[in-house]
Amino acid sequence: MRIIRNRTIQTDEWRLSPDLSGNPETDAIASPLIVSLTRLLEDAETLFDRNADIGVLLKPEDDLSEIEPYLSRLALVAIEFPQFNEGRGYSQARLLRNRYGFKGELRAVGDVSRDKLAFLERCGFNAYVLRPGESLEAALAGFSEISLCYQPAEDAGDTVLALRRRRVS
Amino acid sequence: MYQYDEFDQRLVNERVEQFRDQVRRFLDGQIGEEEFKQLRLRNGLYMQRHAHMLRVAIPYGLFTSRQLRMMAYIARTYDRGYGHFTTRQNIQYNWPELRDVPDILADLASVQMHAIQTSGNAVRNITSDHFAGVAADELEDPRPYCEILRQWSTLHPEFSWLPRKFKIAVSAASSDRTASLLHDIGLQIVDNDAGERGFRVLVGGGMGRTPVIGKLIREFLPRVHLLSYVEAILRIYNLLGRRDNIHKARIKILVNQLGIDRFRELVEEEWLRIRDGALTLEEQEIERIRAHFNPPEYVSVDGEDPIFKQQLHTNPFFATWYKQNTRAHKVNGYRIVIVSLKAPGVPPGDINAEEMDALADLADRFSFGQIRATHDQNLVLADVREADIFALWLDLSRNRLATPNVGTLNDMICCPGLDFCSLANAGSIPIAKQINEKFDTLDYLYDIGEIQLKMSGCMNACGHHHVGHIGILGVEKRGEEWYQLTLGGSAGHDAALGERLGAAIEKERVADVIGEILGVYLERREEGERFIDTYRRVGLAPFKERVYANNSKPDDSDRRVAAVA
Repeated sequence: MRIIRNRTIQTDEWRLSPDLSGNPETDAIASPLIVSLTRLLEDAETLFDRNADIGVLLKPEDDLSEIEPYLSRLALVAIEFPQFNEGRGYSQARLLRNRYGFKGELRAVGDVSRDKLAFLERCGFNAYVLRPGESLEAALAGFSEISLCYQPAEDAGDTVLALRRRRVS
Repeated sequence: MYQYDEFDQRLVNERVEQFRDQVRRFLDGQIGEEEFKQLRLRNGLYMQRHAHMLRVAIPYGLFTSRQLRMMAYIARTYDRGYGHFTTRQNIQYNWPELRDVPDILADLASVQMHAIQTSGNAVRNITSDHFAGVAADELEDPRPYCEILRQWSTLHPEFSWLPRKFKIAVSAASSDRTASLLHDIGLQIVDNDAGERGFRVLVGGGMGRTPVIGKLIREFLPRVHLLSYVEAILRIYNLLGRRDNIHKARIKILVNQLGIDRFRELVEEEWLRIRDGALTLEEQEIERIRAHFNPPEYVSVDGEDPIFKQQLHTNPFFATWYKQNTRAHKVNGYRIVIVSLKAPGVPPGDINAEEMDALADLADRFSFGQIRATHDQNLVLADVREADIFALWLDLSRNRLATPNVGTLNDMICCPGLDFCSLANAGSIPIAKQINEKFDTLDYLYDIGEIQLKMSGCMNACGHHHVGHIGILGVEKRGEEWYQLTLGGSAGHDAALGERLGAAIEKERVADVIGEILGVYLERREEGERFIDTYRRVGLAPFKERVYANNSKPDDSDRRVAAVA
């Protein structure tokens, strides 16, 4: 599968195994694995003993404090957007980066499309699995339609205020 | 007035081109209907009963003559020659074609205007006092803080998909003209005991089908923390607000469900974490923004102008209008002039392109080229010299803009209702007309005195009926339009929700029933009492008795209406 990561199109090496019991065939392969929060909480030690990276898939209603103890060992957090107008993931992402200092891959999955990418990135996401049927090539344009931002967030870009200060000095 | 710099301008221009591309992709079938709806809403574009409606932002209600001329140009070029000022200090156009909207937005951008976040589940236009900067009862001009909030909230990446819309008002005066207690966040500028300037913060107020008076979340917020505190409130709301039911999604429901104390705990916990971060407002930035709102160069006046006194004395029509439609200015020799958009026979808040152009010229001649929109759907020329007032009145009169009815029964707030809005259950504009026609004697209106009539065509309460001294709510029963009355509401510092008078009344009787209610007031009032004062003293009962005593048509379905209202 192809995804957008760090504003480029890449082949994805992660496998999704959200079921509580796991999928013996998938799990046997030593490739990075994304599990549900429930499975992570039940089975953390076994999962981290595998010889591959572990990621977790969060739902909008999931409580971030539950994954806090595991964050340093998680290589990836995927946040789900079940509907187009779901907005909790934006705050979850900011909290993961800002409150919990998560440095790994932050991935948006679900109803994710071009017109969302810029705001998702500003909230700390760096990877995106677009919904079926979306052109990844076309979607890349979504990052740069608006070149300025007023408010500080989780991206590295300058705010308008910083640009103003620089102009003055 | 705030002037865009290169960055503000570039952002708005880029937003126009982004939307132009979204419209193109929608028309090409690359974006689905529902998704495009969400995108267009965040650019102020609704689909209404008959056509699209475009709502244009007027930040805190302030605009220039140049911008008003552009509003007139848009009305003439892309619409049917008029615009409608709303209760949130915006202007809306009822008939634009989708394919024209990117061009309209580009025209607006050319005069530093936009329609960003005038709709959708995001932070809406920040509203404020229409007398800001000229009212004697304010601590300071609240608009610099509104502009700071406008910039912070514009295209906020985290809060563009909130559970529901979000409205913020900022007030700095002892007399609250912003309805700050009826906003998702109400900010009241205050000084603390140490003499420091800051905000009293209210949260969870609002109208709609569940009207709630805002609750105090913080007695004093130092102004450097304005943005971090508001961001903390929005973050908690974004994470915990209900998304399963549109009618339970506003922050007021969350605050009620958690209780204000628990909600405050969550907000303060988050705020402590982010308080001293990048959102901290620097004094220098506040001053930079404030400099845009410096007062104009007033001419100092000694004593009274004899010619002006003479004009007042010899022209009773002028004197009446002066008394009714002007207010004291904090600078000696100046008056605040309210331009009534409530001429009989015209939907409240409507103004046509010719009137807009005429008013733009008058603003240039008499009021430093600036105009304000009020939340009760009138316009204001805030800085008029007394010596100019007579000339201004003559010209306003020629343009149907001098109806001397500000503050009277006919100066009502009214939503577009069934005539335009796809949500409405009943008409409001026809009821406004009915009331205007029944109460067409100015002497009677002046005798009734100050009264606020507010009317909504459905329980979403865009016409603020809950906080009208007299509130009228349109409801639909058995396919007919009926009207539910409330009495005793208020939107000021003494904010209160109106009490239901009784069963809904039929359309034909609305003006007559208002007449009966006013009859009780005239009989019962004591010296100097306004309608609301008498109501508060005597209560609902005498009004109820009068209205329902002769009601020969008992209304069996009332219980059902009560349940939904």
